[in-house]
Amino acid sequence: MEPSREHPSSGRPTLWPWLFALGVVLVLVGIVFSWIAVAIGAVLAVGAGFAWVRGVAGAGTLLQTGEVEPERRLPVEPAEDAYVPPAPPRYGRAAFLELSTLGLGAVIGGLVTAPALGFMVLPPFLKQEFKENDVGPVSDFPVNTWVVTTFMADASQGEVSRKTAFIRNNGMLGKYPSYTIISNHCAHLGCPVQPNGPLLGKGSPFGDKEMQYKDVTLIPALNIAGFGCPCHGGAYDTEGNRVAGPPVRALDRYSFSIRDGHLYLGAPFSVSYVQGTGAQAKIHKWALAFPGEHVSGVESWLYPVQPPH
Amino acid sequence: MATRSVSRQRQMQETILYPLDWIEERSGLVGAVRYFLFRKVPGDVNWFQTLGSATLTAFLVQATTGVILAMYYQPGPTTAYSSIQRITNDLWAGWLVRGMHRWGASVFIILMFMHMGRVFLFGAYKYPRELTWLIGVGLLALGLLEGFTGYLLPWDQTAYWATTVGININGTGPFIGPFLAQFLQGGRYINGDTLSRFYSIHMLLLPGAIFALIGLHLWLVIRLGVTSPPWSKEAAGIGPLPGDPASDGNGRVR
Repeated sequence: MEPSREHPSSGRPTLWPWLFALGVVLVLVGIVFSWIAVAIGAVLAVGAGFAWVRGVAGAGTLLQTGEVEPERRLPVEPAEDAYVPPAPPRYGRAAFLELSTLGLGAVIGGLVTAPALGFMVLPPFLKQEFKENDVGPVSDFPVNTWVVTTFMADASQGEVSRKTAFIRNNGMLGKYPSYTIISNHCAHLGCPVQPNGPLLGKGSPFGDKEMQYKDVTLIPALNIAGFGCPCHGGAYDTEGNRVAGPPVRALDRYSFSIRDGHLYLGAPFSVSYVQGTGAQAKIHKWALAFPGEHVSGVESWLYPVQPPH
Repeated sequence: MATRSVSRQRQMQETILYPLDWIEERSGLVGAVRYFLFRKVPGDVNWFQTLGSATLTAFLVQATTGVILAMYYQPGPTTAYSSIQRITNDLWAGWLVRGMHRWGASVFIILMFMHMGRVFLFGAYKYPRELTWLIGVGLLALGLLEGFTGYLLPWDQTAYWATTVGININGTGPFIGPFLAQFLQGGRYINGDTLSRFYSIHMLLLPGAIFALIGLHLWLVIRLGVTSPPWSKEAAGIGPLPGDPASDGNGRVR
């Protein structure tokens, strides 16, 4: 039995399966990023899939039987009890049934697997909008004083959602209030950065100035000389610029808004570096990246796309 | 009198062996177990060659204690830590079983590396056992992933920050790093979903894969036989396998 006969369709390599796979990938990626990509991917997948099946089934390979060589009898009569090989089957029908069984199995398997895989992979990338957090009245933030502000990003998740921001009221810039709001997530690997300076608060030798607003804890700090990370020694100045250690960029910052006299922390963003200080600072702002990822320079080419977060 | 006691003895033996025969006739399991356990091994194997079995034992201890811990552990952002406290402080022998699982994890990893070192230094990874080595490398990776995912489950400060750093190291991988990190995290930050997905991976996905790979690993060990130590003068291994390229002319595998 010639294997090449048995699978008459497996001879020619084609690009269709790859285009089909590309279409499926576009659909999945598109669900996260854009519906246009989903549409393009769907068209590509359907078209390439159709062409693939057509190429396999058509081209006269599957449904037609190859030239059957005329059977030749041996000149010598075989013995009566000798094994007589069965006549070679016509492979067209057998191959069709084989392919349709495998194809149907693949379709059923795909129908079961695709939603399960999508359910596993996609939810962390969907509905990831940042919810604003009310960190209390602006009067809790005296001008030119750092306040270590700890808040729950999502109270339903409990203490694990607690985040810390270092907030300094820079006073007014023209007619707008200016705040420096630095995230405590180290730009190396996300450890909690600490202010280099004494804190005021419960049990502090510098006095009891800790404030509470709902879930938010506000602890003023005295002359901070910068920020330091306890994990691997990353060091930052008071604008969050890296001055030493392994961090690859400046500390992330929060956007903010003021409504009804309350300060709200908005979506965080990443910062490559900051020129100047306080209200006059010029912040080089980038889309939020994970710690350890460059946002500017050649190294940032390694992270061309960020998931929605 | 004598013949009667002999026949009674035989009757007794048959009664005892009957269940085994019954199983063997239907499943062939007795023969399989005999094939698995009673193999020819080189005469000069030594204690270093027990490290593989020791690793397997360590894994079975992890699997057993893990199943029992899962009966009391409550994965959830507000319940995980308190259920660990309860296991450790309140439940009878909970401290012991949790301790076995916690310290056994390190034992498992250490034994894997020692076993790997033995195989390397004995040259046991060479033909025809390359595939056994590769599967072993897969087992090592899965074992380390077990360590990574299990570390988050106590849901304390150590767990939280270790996992933060671990996920962010994944995040620095080029191109797909950010997506990998967000997938592992189950969202923009570590949250309750991170815990339950690590729990699922730790207790369902990885152990299943490890059991499957151990099965393949052992099958190859049985099929190819045990290597002699490098200093051995004796050809090692199993009897002839018809058509087996791994057998040499004498039907042995070294």
